[in-house]
Amino acid sequence: MRQDLTHILRWIKSGASVLDLGCGNGEFLALIQKERHARVMGIEIDPDAITSAMGRGLNIIEQNLDHGLANFPSQSFDMVVMAHALQAVQYPDQVLEEMLRVGRECVVTFPNFGQWRSRVHLATRGRMPVSKFMPYNWYDTPNIHFCTVRDFETLCRQRGIRILGRDMIGGDEGGTSLARRWPNLFATTAIYHISR
Amino acid sequence: MQENSVGIVSPRVERFDEPLTFACGRRLPSYELIFETYGELNGDASNAILICHALSGHHHAAGYHSDNERKPGWWDACIGPGKPIDTRRFFVVSLNNLGGCHGSTGPTTENPESGQVFGPDFPQPQVDDWVDAQARLADRLGIHCWAAVVGGSLGGMQAMAWSLRYPDRLRHCVVIAAAMKLSAQNIAFNEIARRAIMSDPGFANGHYLRDGTQPTQGLALARMVGHITYLSDDAMASRFGRELQPSHPDDESSDAPQFQIESYLRYQGEQFSSVFDANTYVLMTRALDHFDLAAAYGGDAITAFSRSRCDYLVLSFSTDWRFSPARSREIVDALLAAERPVSYAEIEADEGHDAFLLPIPRYLAVLEAYMKRVDA
Repeated sequence: MRQDLTHILRWIKSGASVLDLGCGNGEFLALIQKERHARVMGIEIDPDAITSAMGRGLNIIEQNLDHGLANFPSQSFDMVVMAHALQAVQYPDQVLEEMLRVGRECVVTFPNFGQWRSRVHLATRGRMPVSKFMPYNWYDTPNIHFCTVRDFETLCRQRGIRILGRDMIGGDEGGTSLARRWPNLFATTAIYHISR
Repeated sequence: MQENSVGIVSPRVERFDEPLTFACGRRLPSYELIFETYGELNGDASNAILICHALSGHHHAAGYHSDNERKPGWWDACIGPGKPIDTRRFFVVSLNNLGGCHGSTGPTTENPESGQVFGPDFPQPQVDDWVDAQARLADRLGIHCWAAVVGGSLGGMQAMAWSLRYPDRLRHCVVIAAAMKLSAQNIAFNEIARRAIMSDPGFANGHYLRDGTQPTQGLALARMVGHITYLSDDAMASRFGRELQPSHPDDESSDAPQFQIESYLRYQGEQFSSVFDANTYVLMTRALDHFDLAAAYGGDAITAFSRSRCDYLVLSFSTDWRFSPARSREIVDALLAAERPVSYAEIEADEGHDAFLLPIPRYLAVLEAYMKRVDA
């Protein structure tokens, strides 16, 4: 289980209804269902991931997030979660708006491009970073909209999105305590709990 | 015979003496339903799966009737030990619907009131009437609640109708390559098929059995046009392309088939017209045309689905243009709007509408994954 997912669990109330955008093989949804007795549903586009997730007994809809969420009624879920997918969609701001329409509350996690390693890589080598966390070349990466912690919070301010809580992950334990103090410089993954 | 086949199966017939009134107001005083079962019903009758057949389908969905039967039942790809609908875990019931021509009461059976075959006088059933008859069969078999009702195409419509008509009598509804209602284009194709049959002099206004004629050509034509709509452009191109018949005549004015696709369609038409009843074909296409899931709910599918109590799996196939993925997504969207539990997958497949009958790996994998949940 990725570290950001265990952090999200804290914000999910018992018995809540949860929609997971880009739910992958459903591991996290299955955990939420078990731990929170939640009514859960996932959206995914990868065929094998969909099969795995359905095999866990989960409700999964094959749907491309870039085509929006127009088929989901407003405020039909207590919580809409999107983990590590914001940077991979065509219009991140529109997906955020749609999440906030469908869910009463949302949790978003994304890799922080402002982390010092990315900065150092770009500054010293003058090339897009390729690392363990971002193992793609610029031309074949699914991550087409990287942003930093500061970028995200600026967007929230501009769009009137309330930040109910945030948490940062910095790789190891020491990294995480640095990340909580100076998020934009040390967070590898940012986690935001937001609402309208 | 394959290892994972249900093996040799024998159909059963149940007779019903309680009259059944159809939606059209007409009444069958008594009737028979022919069906097959695969697997064992468990102690609390909680593992029963109903298979609903499509336009030209019947009760023989899996296994073989004899050692020398050439092909297994029509959905043998999905039903059997170790297959997605696993007969080691489920008790599977597959019947021939009323109005059919494979052993259930229909146009080819004798009308007890007149002593003549029904022919064109058989009452026109709707999908709901089939569901009512299926519910009585369920009662007879001691099944109060199906673990799942499963169907493709017209069978998927029956599955959806079950979830609205008897919401407490199924836990899961599996709807494959179906739609909530037909489009004008769908109806148009069915109308061509009916005209082909009815304009054949052998049809004799439907009284061909009485008159000793057969609308063989018309029925074959109907099947040919239907068959085109079941295949995709790509599937036809890759199977036949523009290949000529090895023995095609040089004289282009000849009636003999020139291209392989012509020969194939003629063969399909001839095969079909030798085993299928023309009145049944007319009646089945009418039931298909008139199906409208939301009609009884003010035309609102969301209101309709709000009645349901089961979980849904909806599947579509990328190149199906008879019941395209867009039609399946309408079902999914209505279920989402009604806040019902639903799963959906669009299977990449070249085979068009026919894909729902074929062993396409991802299709089988998704169905198997879902059926595990039905079993849980």
